[in-house]
Amino acid sequence: MMKQFGYNSLKSRTIDYKNINTTLISYIIKNEPSFSSCISCGSCTATCSAANLTFFNIRRLNIQIRLGEFENIRQEIDKCMLCGKCLLVCPRGINTRNVIMLIKKGLVTFNLVE
Amino acid sequence: MNDLFIIAPFTIGLIILLGILIGKYVVWTIQLSQIDKLRILHGFFTVRTLRAIREIFWESLLHRNIWKTNPLLGYMHMSFALGWLLLIIVGHIEAYMQASSLSVSPWIPIFFRYFEHEHFYGARFFAHTMDVLLLYVLSGVVLAYGKRINSKLFGIKRTTKLKPKDRISLIALWSIFPLRLFAESATAALHGNGGFLTSGIVFRYLQVTPNIEYTLWVLYSCSLAIFFITLPFTRYMHIPTEVYYIFLKEYGIKLKKQFNSYSKIQVYSCSRCGICIDACQMHHAQISNNQSVYILKNIRDENLTDRKLYNCLLCGRCEDACPVNINLNDLRISQRIKSSKEYNSSYDFLEYSITEKADVVYFAGCMTHLTPGIKKSILTVLDTAGVNYLFLDKDKGACCGRPLMQAGQIEAAKKLIAYNRQQILESGAHTLLVSCPICYKVFRDDYELGQIDIRHHSEYFLELLHNQKITIRNTQKSIVYHDPCELGRGCKVYEQPRELLQSIGTLKKVKHEKVESLCCSGSLGDLSLSMVERNKIKEQTLEVLLKPNPDILATSCPLCKKTFVKGVDIQVKDIAELVAENIQSN
Ligand code: SF4
Ligand code: SF4
Ligand code: SF4
Ligand code: SF4
Repeated sequence: MMKQFGYNSLKSRTIDYKNINTTLISYIIKNEPSFSSCISCGSCTATCSAANLTFFNIRRLNIQIRLGEFENIRQEIDKCMLCGKCLLVCPRGINTRNVIMLIKKGLVTFNLVE
Repeated sequence: MNDLFIIAPFTIGLIILLGILIGKYVVWTIQLSQIDKLRILHGFFTVRTLRAIREIFWESLLHRNIWKTNPLLGYMHMSFALGWLLLIIVGHIEAYMQASSLSVSPWIPIFFRYFEHEHFYGARFFAHTMDVLLLYVLSGVVLAYGKRINSKLFGIKRTTKLKPKDRISLIALWSIFPLRLFAESATAALHGNGGFLTSGIVFRYLQVTPNIEYTLWVLYSCSLAIFFITLPFTRYMHIPTEVYYIFLKEYGIKLKKQFNSYSKIQVYSCSRCGICIDACQMHHAQISNNQSVYILKNIRDENLTDRKLYNCLLCGRCEDACPVNINLNDLRISQRIKSSKEYNSSYDFLEYSITEKADVVYFAGCMTHLTPGIKKSILTVLDTAGVNYLFLDKDKGACCGRPLMQAGQIEAAKKLIAYNRQQILESGAHTLLVSCPICYKVFRDDYELGQIDIRHHSEYFLELLHNQKITIRNTQKSIVYHDPCELGRGCKVYEQPRELLQSIGTLKKVKHEKVESLCCSGSLGDLSLSMVERNKIKEQTLEVLLKPNPDILATSCPLCKKTFVKGVDIQVKDIAELVAENIQSN
């Protein structure tokens, strides 16, 4: 059950703050500053068209990006349909669709996944 | 004195210009798809060619479309185009008359006054006519100076910035006619062959020597040469390209999703008139670098950034205003396709559910699901009218693909389209009903659904009303209708929603309606706008819409409704909700 909520991607419970790969998060925040005000409320995921059909979870992606764990992100991000529901429900007015686009672009630009 | 220095610059410039132009157009034409080439072949000997010539006359010479938007600007463009062409034509006739033959060296008509001092039959008449034309062009030049100094004189907010090469070309163009005036005046002062303009004013008090006269003619020739040689590399490339574009357009060539040589021709047809800048609502959010004219310029200079590219509502206001009829929205999307081509996407999780058969299949789409009131209203109306329908994306549905299309992720969009398309076809329905203009647009443009009628709910409900399947109570309330971009400019549906609303209340007019309607600012076409910026644009739109003090602000798009609802005190309703509230069962 817990696996389905994404806990499996954390290889270890300890987070080594010194070695976190911040390339992607810096890139996103630079180009979409609103992302830094995310409060992880989960509204986006609750309404998400892709999450309705899969375990796609954009709030979880947020955490993984911040921890610099990219393996899972690539496959997950491909499920987004850019429908924009998340954008309309976000209480912080975060431009979620641009974040998704930047994740896609960032992964390619910085060669973060093969 | 040596005539060579007068003849040579002009002649060399003209040869280089023609060489480059022919080269470019041949390459672009070869790069067109096979089918498009056949279209040219088949269209060439038909009435289409005549229609193209007529349009060239109206648009490239008279600039009718610019006149409609801005008469002063129209006059300026027309005086350059028409005035110059007439100078060339009348100049040639004059030279032929003088020589009493058609074999005249090509440069003679250009430097006529310099070479011919003799009087011939009709010389006075030609001299005056040519002066009238010159004066006409010069009036345009003066306006052009004025526009550079203060674009507000023209009622335009901004004018485009220039690159060095553009500046050289511009200065050359602006010098051609004043230099011609001075050169002809100098000759007239020495030989007495000018018209009312050239024989008087300029050199009445100034002593002219043959040296001054010669120098002026050489300068005139050089300014022509510089203009000709720089033309293909500057915005003036639009002059010949627009003509070519009008022909191709008449032959039925359409813009493709992917950027190709026809897209290039469109890009080069932009005259940078700046009309699209004023049409764009982005300046309400202090954004002034992303308008279509800048994008086209960046495409030419190959320095377009994502930030600019994705910052556009795709509202289509600029496209509608563009006097050259460039497909600005699709052109921008083609650049997004280029920019995002490496993106992956996979929707393997979508499952085909064998759907039951029905007459009508209803697709709500993501945005309608986000506005349950609209969804419920649609179902109420369908139930009341006794329609045999199937709710396709009731629980688990995919997005229609339009937002991906707008973002340039065409491969991803195709996957969703293929999935939805199969489901719709399997339902055996004869009508597809949608309640969101965003879906409607992509269903109409990209789904290839064959015989199936695609209907937006405003159209469908009006049909139900006409067929007496439903009756609607008139509330006597005053209503303002907001045209959603994708439904209005996108799909040209303007009248049906209005007719439907007239059965519910009194429709009030607003300043920008139908093709001119404003965007609500919620558009998914934009991927960069922040909420603050969106709200600024929205406020401006609401100001226009609420001017007549309506009881109800009506629209026919869930996204427009959702966007507006957060900003006003009066009721904001989708047309579906208004119908459902006032429906009377038979
Ligand atoms: S809805 Fe907005 S604030 Fe909440 S988790 Fe999603 S992005 Fe963050
Ligand atoms: S845009 Fe993507 S992440 Fe947002 S709701 Fe739609 S599918 Fe989910
Ligand atoms: S895109 Fe059209 S409206 Fe805009 S500057 Fe070019 S020609 Fe004018
Ligand atoms: S489509 Fe709309 S937002 Fe985009 S440049 Fe044109 S007018 Fe501006």
